[in-house]
Amino acid sequence: MQALTREVLLDRAKALFADGTVDRAYGWKRGEFDYDVTPGLFRSVEEMEKEFVFDDFCGANFSKYLVEETRKGEGKILVFLKPCDTYSFNQLLTEHRFDREKVYAVGIPCEGMADVTKLKAEAAEGIRSITAEKEGFVVHTLYDGDKTVPRTEGLSERCLVCKSKKHVAYDELLGEDGEVADSARFDEVARLEAMNADERFAFWQRELSRCIRCNACRDVCPACTCETCVFNNPNSGVESKAPVTSFEEQMFHIIRAFHVAGRCTDCGECSRVCPQHIPLHLLNRKFIKDINAFYGEYQAGAEVGSRAPLVNYTTADLEPGEAVQRGNEHA
Amino acid sequence: MQVTEYKPKIVAFCCNWCSYAGADLAGNNRLAYPAEVKIIRVPCSCRVNPMFILRAFQRGADGVIICGCHPGDCHYTSGNYYTRRRMALLFSMLNYLGIEKERTRVEWVSAAEGAKFAATMNDFVQTVAALGENKRLEDLRCKL
Amino acid sequence: MRKIAVAKLDALFAAMAKTHTVYLPADGADGRAQYTRWEAGVVYSTALNTVRSAKDFFFPQTENLMDFKMEGKSIELIDTRDEGEDFIVFGVRACDVRSFDVLDRVFLAEPVDSYYAARRAHGVIFSMACTRPAETCFCKTFGIDAAEPAGDVACYIDADTLYLDAKTEKGEAVLAALGLEDSDTAAVDAQKALIRERLDALPLSGLSAAAFGGDKLDEYFERPEWKTLSETCLGCGTCTFVCPTCQCYDIRDFKTNTGVRRYRCWDSCMYSEFTKMSAGQPRLTQLERFRQRFMHKLVYYPANNDGIFGCVGCGRCLSRCPISMNIVKVMKTLGGKNV
Repeated sequence: MQALTREVLLDRAKALFADGTVDRAYGWKRGEFDYDVTPGLFRSVEEMEKEFVFDDFCGANFSKYLVEETRKGEGKILVFLKPCDTYSFNQLLTEHRFDREKVYAVGIPCEGMADVTKLKAEAAEGIRSITAEKEGFVVHTLYDGDKTVPRTEGLSERCLVCKSKKHVAYDELLGEDGEVADSARFDEVARLEAMNADERFAFWQRELSRCIRCNACRDVCPACTCETCVFNNPNSGVESKAPVTSFEEQMFHIIRAFHVAGRCTDCGECSRVCPQHIPLHLLNRKFIKDINAFYGEYQAGAEVGSRAPLVNYTTADLEPGEAVQRGNEHA
Repeated sequence: MQVTEYKPKIVAFCCNWCSYAGADLAGNNRLAYPAEVKIIRVPCSCRVNPMFILRAFQRGADGVIICGCHPGDCHYTSGNYYTRRRMALLFSMLNYLGIEKERTRVEWVSAAEGAKFAATMNDFVQTVAALGENKRLEDLRCKL
Repeated sequence: MRKIAVAKLDALFAAMAKTHTVYLPADGADGRAQYTRWEAGVVYSTALNTVRSAKDFFFPQTENLMDFKMEGKSIELIDTRDEGEDFIVFGVRACDVRSFDVLDRVFLAEPVDSYYAARRAHGVIFSMACTRPAETCFCKTFGIDAAEPAGDVACYIDADTLYLDAKTEKGEAVLAALGLEDSDTAAVDAQKALIRERLDALPLSGLSAAAFGGDKLDEYFERPEWKTLSETCLGCGTCTFVCPTCQCYDIRDFKTNTGVRRYRCWDSCMYSEFTKMSAGQPRLTQLERFRQRFMHKLVYYPANNDGIFGCVGCGRCLSRCPISMNIVKVMKTLGGKNV
């Protein structure tokens, strides 16, 4: 369950609409079922009263939408930011991707968001409704009665290893601010590093071969804000609408991860949206882990204006050959 | 032995200001290095985009080496420092994906180091030859 | 009607595999069902829907059309089609079976797509009734009866027994060769009644498509709701690529080291470079691309195909869309009370 209720957020939004601070608001919209919440732009209090929700299924990060929306209209946009969303927000500001003056950011605490796929897997097909209770998610199934999934088993992977409950950007904060957590998010990367090359290759072949090249990972990524992606550019020589060979799957994902290396805040949206459940965050986290090990701890988005490690250097940087050796030593 | 039979294809990206001249010097001094090394001249080692490396493997390269000026000697002041960071991360990632780490290398070779150029290429070709053909990052269509 | 014990499924697949390549849903490494080629050890998964639909068998994501080889000034054309092997797709749900009809009307209309036609001729469909339809299912909306799946052979699993009912001559021929035991229809009839009862109890069972159809272009095209519906669409291709009926493709050339390979691959109307021409993309914003997809399913397709809708209600887009926007929400928003 979230610390704040829908009503707290809604009341604040109403006040901000009423005093003219904002003229539109990004928020989550109620779906057909309990879990299929859609990110949406509200233009009035009435719309919000009808459709706005805030619960354990509001994983979507609004930061990227601001890039386009701030170019439209003169008024300010209200946006609700969970702690991890604030990192993406800052990173986009660092890259001058939107006008900060046109946004009114309200930080809201987050207790972790559910992974519906996990709940579906735990509770078979056919979900009538899901309620978040103290003991966990109670799934009311169509055929098997009620099933309780402990909260720790129903949360998204990214929330289980949450890196920070601290908001790094906001105009005002609702509720309590948290702390940067001592997260276990690199454990899975370390597990892969400990394998031998053949095992790692087999692992990634198995995962990446499922890719259907829907581009959802790229299109949702708050770090991927190029106006024309290299993979859509007919002059790039790598434009492709389908991964025809295993090489193309690998190239797409390596290059995409590389393009966001040092800028990826590890928000985990890529893995959340992947229809094939490829653990794409493990590529990004490898870069983050390496950057931390080679060039010092760096958290993209932690502060506006910080210089990303790939547009920086020191004369004493380690050599690529050593990097490969050290990248294998999982510390 | 099979190693002597098989000739790996090597792509060497060489900086115009140092390594490319180093290759020239190696030639002028009649220092031998394998003909399997195909040199692509770039204005600076930092011109090499990770995509170039992957595309070289796609098109049938068995090894890719990037040669630039020694750190501190970049014609453009700092290009090779960026190369160093990029390639450190890229090579570590390729290794993480299970691509043999010996297939990629960065060497700093100045215009005066003809001998180092030849020695580096000889060593790299031998290392890659021992690995055999690149199977993990190839595009089967290219073999048609 | 014939029957076989579920415990003997492996023997059944082995017998089928003697004459046909057999594909069936099996749980993959990620625990979710995907169509897999059967071989000893592959276990049939009763999961309701595979992540990718069954259209892959007839209309694969990528397909080589031909190769060009260049030597000097001569160009050699190589037909890359293989002879095509007979295959069985086992466990196709009623919605996916209907999707083949939707695709047939596109690919088998003149001029016939010979690549598609060859695959259709070689494929035998074993459909499977849905005893546990999910909340995302709405096949009934489009007149599909999950209790009476079409296909060459309709299958039912009841407790420990698999019942097989040949629906076509092709299906009968395959079944006859398998030498299965005959069965009465009592168990299957009871199951059909149960399935229909469950279908009626689904949350989307009341959804009606009556407000849509080939004559509704003017009614829906300029509706202001398209803006709010499409506003947060990411423009990814997830919905189109998991959809069993989306049939748009692109034909591209890949330059190999010695020639050119011409292939076709799925394309998505959600993509900014879809149908891009020298003058650019005809649909400039995501609103227009989004509208195209749903208008195609609900209006344009029925207009050209005797009123048949281009959606089969499988529910894949409901569970896969990154922003949980889908055809049900579109229908309810546009259709209002009539849906």
